[in-house]
Amino acid sequence: MNSPQTAAFVSGYEVRAKSGANGEFGGELLEIAMGPHHPSTHGVFRMDVVLDGERVVKLKPVFGYLHRNHEKIAEDATYLASIPYTDRLDYFCSLTNNWAYCLAVEKLAGLQVPERAEYIRVITAELTRLQNHACLGGFLLQDMGASGTPLMYAFREREKILDLFESLTGARMMCNYMRFGGCRCDLPDGWLEQTRQVLAGFPRFLDEFERLLNENEILMSRTQGVGVLSSDLAVNAGVTGPMLRASGVNYDLRKVDKYGIYDRFSFRIPLGDHGDVYDRYMMRILEMRESFNILSQALRDIPEGPIVDPKAKIRGFRPKAGEAYGRIEAPKGELGFYLISDGSPNPYRYRVRAPSFINLTILEDMCLGHHVADVVIILGSFDIVLGEVDR
Amino acid sequence: METLEQIRDRLAAAFPQARLEIVPNGSPAAQDSLWMDSAQALAIARWLRDDPALRFDYASNVTGVDWLDTTVKESTKSVQVIDGVERLIEKKTERLIPGFLEVVYHLYSMELKHGPLILRMRTGNRSGEVSVPSLTPVWRSAEFQEREVFDLFGIVFEGHPDLRRILMWDGFEDFPMRRDYVEPDDYEFEPTPHDEVLEKAQRHHPEVSS
Repeated sequence: MNSPQTAAFVSGYEVRAKSGANGEFGGELLEIAMGPHHPSTHGVFRMDVVLDGERVVKLKPVFGYLHRNHEKIAEDATYLASIPYTDRLDYFCSLTNNWAYCLAVEKLAGLQVPERAEYIRVITAELTRLQNHACLGGFLLQDMGASGTPLMYAFREREKILDLFESLTGARMMCNYMRFGGCRCDLPDGWLEQTRQVLAGFPRFLDEFERLLNENEILMSRTQGVGVLSSDLAVNAGVTGPMLRASGVNYDLRKVDKYGIYDRFSFRIPLGDHGDVYDRYMMRILEMRESFNILSQALRDIPEGPIVDPKAKIRGFRPKAGEAYGRIEAPKGELGFYLISDGSPNPYRYRVRAPSFINLTILEDMCLGHHVADVVIILGSFDIVLGEVDR
Repeated sequence: METLEQIRDRLAAAFPQARLEIVPNGSPAAQDSLWMDSAQALAIARWLRDDPALRFDYASNVTGVDWLDTTVKESTKSVQVIDGVERLIEKKTERLIPGFLEVVYHLYSMELKHGPLILRMRTGNRSGEVSVPSLTPVWRSAEFQEREVFDLFGIVFEGHPDLRRILMWDGFEDFPMRRDYVEPDDYEFEPTPHDEVLEKAQRHHPEVSS
């Protein structure tokens, strides 16, 4: 592959015409902007791609279209008032966003979470993971051209989980449910039974999904060996979540940090061998099975009791001056919140470490040399959400 | 993992000229951090990544913090004899502590599964000396995050391979995450302004009539 290194690191790249070695026919490089309204970019996201024929020789992600300076807004608001804003980061997984933020504030203020609330957090977070991963499978197949069917199967399951969220929190996507030191309200009557019923059907969906897709010839030929990410690069580039584990690095915060009560559940961490798009797809399927295991254990063991730390103040909440970094394993990777308090009701500094944003660092490395059609599925296997990338 | 004091001592032995200081953290999280001066930052970062007992191979979070200039008011009381009478004299002085910008790195080890080690670097002040060395050559994960810090705080990372704005648009000039940032009155000119927008528009474009 002949890749001209034009080293023009300003926007508006310099693209040189390529001529053949002996001066014979040499096509020019083509610069195209994929996005920001391309349906495969999962939101308003642009990739400036330089193509040699159909091969990618350069790719620069461009984003910020959805930037609303979430961090600045949070610095002007009280600690509590930022919880609903965190829902809008990764709008697929509002409950894990809530948890990460609450965890950071609990570290900052030294709050304890009651047992029942910890169980509720685990249950809601794993349900979030189930629906996120199911939809990712659907979206990835949609990007590959399997128009509709897998996505609709995934959305059918997601619908049931969103109904559970709605009966618990009042909202389907913007849940705004967790509070510092616990949760906002207790489970409604019969919610656990309802959840058990929804979950009872889930393995059947997974079996069906896997039977439909795993050994599908088109899926395999489109994804195997495409977008390979080596484990060294993945670690150095700070890739987290299922993408990292698809490259064979055993790093899951549920096992490493054991935040919340994850040390009580027995579950395994699936790891990939090749680090290609197929592995990343399989990683989501296998993680759904493990989440299902965690959920069955949590639903079995959940105790009665209070759901919020009585020491946690809702009004006049002023943590002591200091700082804290709290992180959890969100469905898309490590979601961290870094807070600095100066003793006032607002955080002095509020920072979101968004997994989608940092995973995008190596998009170019993974796409170089591939066909332009593969760029779409490599990006699809990243599982990005622009609300979180742009913040 | 070794304690922060042990790491600091070993670093001080390896880099005798470097200035290393532990910044205590008052919150119950008790995540103290290590402030290093930027002259040898790149070498220190490489050392932290490659040292077999530490192996901080993963820079999880990179961010900036803006610390404004602060004035400290001090008053000293002294008893002096003036014209044979003892008097209590109070002297008030104001001392300016210059502000600075700070970059914070949260390091973890994926290999040994420990962390965090929190590194801080500070710029000379908030206006002229705003550069620190980039640690992207050591940890690739800092690439976009340093660009974001540059974009929103205006900290210049020397040695960064591709330092340009990432979230704000290219023509934007200010740094929105600074504490003293003032939002502009209007971002774009509206063709048919009315009410508040009209007032703002007239302030900026006096030729606009109502």
